[in-house]
Amino acid sequence: MSKSITFKIDGATVTARAGQTIMDAADETGIYIPRLCDVEGLEPQGSCRVCTVKVNGRPAAACTQPAAQGIVVENDTLEILNYRRDLIRMLFQEGNHLCSICEASGRCELQAMAYRLAIVEPAKYPYLQPVRPIDASHPDILLDKNRCIRCGRCIRASRQIDGKNVFGYIGRGINKRVGVDGKNLADTNVDVNDRAVSPGTCPVGCIIRRGLGFYQPIGQRKYDNAPIGSEIENTRSGRGKQ
Amino acid sequence: MNPVVYKACRDFDYDGTRVLDILREVQSGLGCISGETMEMLAKELSTHRVEIEGLVSFYSFFSEKPKGKIAIRLCDDIIDRFAGVSKVAKVFSDELGIEMGKTSPDGIFSLEYTPCIGMSDQAPSALINQTVVTKLTPQSARTIARKLKKNPETSELLTRKGDGNNACLQINAMVKNNIRVRGEVLLCEGIPAEAGLKKALKRKEDAVIQEIRASGLRGRGGAGFSTGLKWDLARRETARERYVICNADEGEPGTFKDRVLLTERTDLMFEGMTIAARAIGSRKGILYVRAEYTYLLPYLEHVLKKRRKRGLLGRNIAGKKGFAFDIRIQLGAGAYICGEESSLISSCEGLRGEPKNRPPFPAEKGFLGYPTIVNNVETFCCAARILDGGAPWFAGIGTDESAGTKLLSVAGDCARPGIYEVPFGIEVSEVLDMAGADDPAIVQIGGASGDMIGRTAFHKKICYEDLPTGGSFMTFNSTRNVLGIVDYFLEFFIHESCGYCTPCRVGNVFLRERIQKIKSGLAEEADLHYLIELSNTIMMTSRCGLGHTSPRPVLSSIAHFPIVYASLTRELTDGRQASFDIQKALEESRRIAKRQSMIYDPIYGESTD
Amino acid sequence: MKKKIATVSLAGCFGCHMSLLDIDERILDLLKVAEFDKTPLNDLKKFTTRCDIGLVEGGCCNEENVHTLQEFRKNCDVLVAVGACAIMGGLPVMRNAIMNAVDPLRECLEEAYMNSSSVYNSTNDIPNDPALPLILDKVYNCSEVVKIDYQIPGCPPSGDTLWQTLNALIRGVPADLPYELIRYD
Repeated sequence: MSKSITFKIDGATVTARAGQTIMDAADETGIYIPRLCDVEGLEPQGSCRVCTVKVNGRPAAACTQPAAQGIVVENDTLEILNYRRDLIRMLFQEGNHLCSICEASGRCELQAMAYRLAIVEPAKYPYLQPVRPIDASHPDILLDKNRCIRCGRCIRASRQIDGKNVFGYIGRGINKRVGVDGKNLADTNVDVNDRAVSPGTCPVGCIIRRGLGFYQPIGQRKYDNAPIGSEIENTRSGRGKQ
Repeated sequence: MNPVVYKACRDFDYDGTRVLDILREVQSGLGCISGETMEMLAKELSTHRVEIEGLVSFYSFFSEKPKGKIAIRLCDDIIDRFAGVSKVAKVFSDELGIEMGKTSPDGIFSLEYTPCIGMSDQAPSALINQTVVTKLTPQSARTIARKLKKNPETSELLTRKGDGNNACLQINAMVKNNIRVRGEVLLCEGIPAEAGLKKALKRKEDAVIQEIRASGLRGRGGAGFSTGLKWDLARRETARERYVICNADEGEPGTFKDRVLLTERTDLMFEGMTIAARAIGSRKGILYVRAEYTYLLPYLEHVLKKRRKRGLLGRNIAGKKGFAFDIRIQLGAGAYICGEESSLISSCEGLRGEPKNRPPFPAEKGFLGYPTIVNNVETFCCAARILDGGAPWFAGIGTDESAGTKLLSVAGDCARPGIYEVPFGIEVSEVLDMAGADDPAIVQIGGASGDMIGRTAFHKKICYEDLPTGGSFMTFNSTRNVLGIVDYFLEFFIHESCGYCTPCRVGNVFLRERIQKIKSGLAEEADLHYLIELSNTIMMTSRCGLGHTSPRPVLSSIAHFPIVYASLTRELTDGRQASFDIQKALEESRRIAKRQSMIYDPIYGESTD
Repeated sequence: MKKKIATVSLAGCFGCHMSLLDIDERILDLLKVAEFDKTPLNDLKKFTTRCDIGLVEGGCCNEENVHTLQEFRKNCDVLVAVGACAIMGGLPVMRNAIMNAVDPLRECLEEAYMNSSSVYNSTNDIPNDPALPLILDKVYNCSEVVKIDYQIPGCPPSGDTLWQTLNALIRGVPADLPYELIRYD
């Protein structure tokens, strides 16, 4: 067992093992750092930037930044809250997020993050209103890429857990998007039981299980009553990431 | 199996890290990389179609749709725009009968714009396949188009030869070096060949790095990291291999000094790389050259070959027992982001040119996971000179924190655009005088990611402690529109952002939307606060240097040209958004309904607002 | 002095207004501190006086929506976008997905009145009575047309959310909605 590392997050002392990221250590301590692209069980990729914290005064993504002895991390400050709100707004406004008709509403992590960060002021940024084709080729799974936030969780789940390569990034810049390994989804070797397309992988309503719409009634959905992240905050010892 | 695909895969030994080269061959052989071709390639290379598609859709020199046998790419840099590239474009478009961005029905020609091709001192310019044509006029464009229609051989286009090595057999281009001022480090005449390398080989690795550290050399690409420290970090890592990579992906708009060094100081650059290899204990080097400079490839290969023959590469270099090092060239495929060192490494590995997470830094884990140093062409040239001239000599030039000379690529509204080798610490106004800029009003220093300054700041000094630059120095006269220039830079960043992280992918689009609103006189003062706040979020949360710097033209122009912004913004008094145009919003409807508005058309309505 | 409130539904479904009625008996408390001017709730068609608060439901699909919104801006000190449609266009904004078509507006009208499988239209006419307001080239949200001071998210916002926000607006303090009251659906 290697020597343990201690550092501070917003004044609280956090202990980490060598090789852990700031996020890992925070999770285990029961401190929630908001995140979208990072999820338990997948390699972190640091792309949504919602987990931006300040490490010794410099911004860094908590999901990829290694924990280090004696660092001072700022997480829950007004400055960082405002960055995170801006990032969430960007993700909302670059896509088409009509919550009221989205099957994922209530369990959508993007929406839940907006609730947690209390984004209620008038729309700050313009709505880009993209027109991206819907892939309805597969009998069991539907892709509405107008809701995709490019978190790449499906891509990583397919590679790291399913041992496949169903999804991949294509394009660049504002046109960067998730592509499939074939002409369309039905042309790939995706299986409905793949982790890549299972509930909990896609944080928004882009990957939708057909025939299973709106399966949880309003009031019982994941984030109806408890904010995203409370599952981490409520465990004193944290959940521990594998 | 398509023979082109088969040959390309075989040429590069089915090596996954060389997939960019394979794709380049397929693209030039087939004119496109279609879905079907992607599937074939994926099978041959034991990868997945979506991986290939990821590359094809990332690099602008690859395309899924057919490109003409002759691809004409007009340089769309801001300098070229001011130099009249749109008139040239119109001539090409009329003569060839195709619109911009299109391919002719017979598949012979395609015509498109491309970001800065590194010829800003001889604008407007274009790439016709790999051939560079410069100083274009509507007349010369017409001649070129007609020649190409008769004979598609692009070498026939060379009506004149460039200066220096540009005229040599292996380059044979009309490109000019335009070296205006030769300093005492890089462009002076009579640099003793391989003197630095010989001295380096006589010393211990430590001592070589110590010499570089003592010289105060900092990275010439723009970031200014201590070169000696970088080498030292790489050397201290325990690893089986180490890599030396030279960054010749000169993509910063308005920069072309590396192109001149690649042409005129080729040996010096390779010498510098070899010294670095000796210092960190590397056996393999890569020169990453941007696709726009493909015309230099035969010459660069020729020089490498000569060096191998002379024992300056390969085994037992310069007689030094056990010191083996060789260099291969990696061509890029059209992506500005690959100038960022970790993206460049991704690209060398045959991946999408996306930055890697740091830490680990390339010096710890770089190319294929091995310690890697990535330095700019100019940095390697300086390193070779430092080993010869000694650290004190080099440190004695320039300022305290910025040792040595700097190559400036001066372009824009001036009489003598070209390369100026000047000591660090020179004032902006001195450079403007030398370049013969008679009415300078705006200087953009450091390229698109640099700062925009006005007359009140021309006393500022070019150096890391005041105005840093990777080499780009663009000057604009008082007739040029500040907002137009800022808008161009944002368009550039939107085109070149890799899209990996949210703030850079989306934020730059929002920045441009608001700059355009201001440019059209529809903004209010609050929009400036919006821009500053948004810029701050982008810079603080982006993942790599692109997003850390892309808002700089916005912020620096707001700071240096407050009057321009003030004259374009107004106060909203009626609470209506000036950017909402009811007349435009009703246009289509009037046409389809074949009637006027009861509210907004004065002939009917009571209200005439 | 009671605060004066005006409300309107532009390109909305009146769901937000229904939700306003969901404050139930609290409307009596509301009327102690505020009174309604122009609003569909009392069927007052024109502003009788300048208002303190304007509540706007729905975005702008046609010229009349724009005109009404501009009137609201002119007559209200504080303008509040209520619900998803006012904030970002809501369901009507789905029409903007065809704006890249060659002739988007015609395509939209033809789909709505002629081609859609659920349409029975024996004459194949697209309604074009002179009294019908002209449709806009695309759907605009309220803040694209006029300056919006506050927004109340939700589709619709719940009666509690509206109640709490209205109270805060009347008292001139921040709404500070608790987690349960911030909803986008």
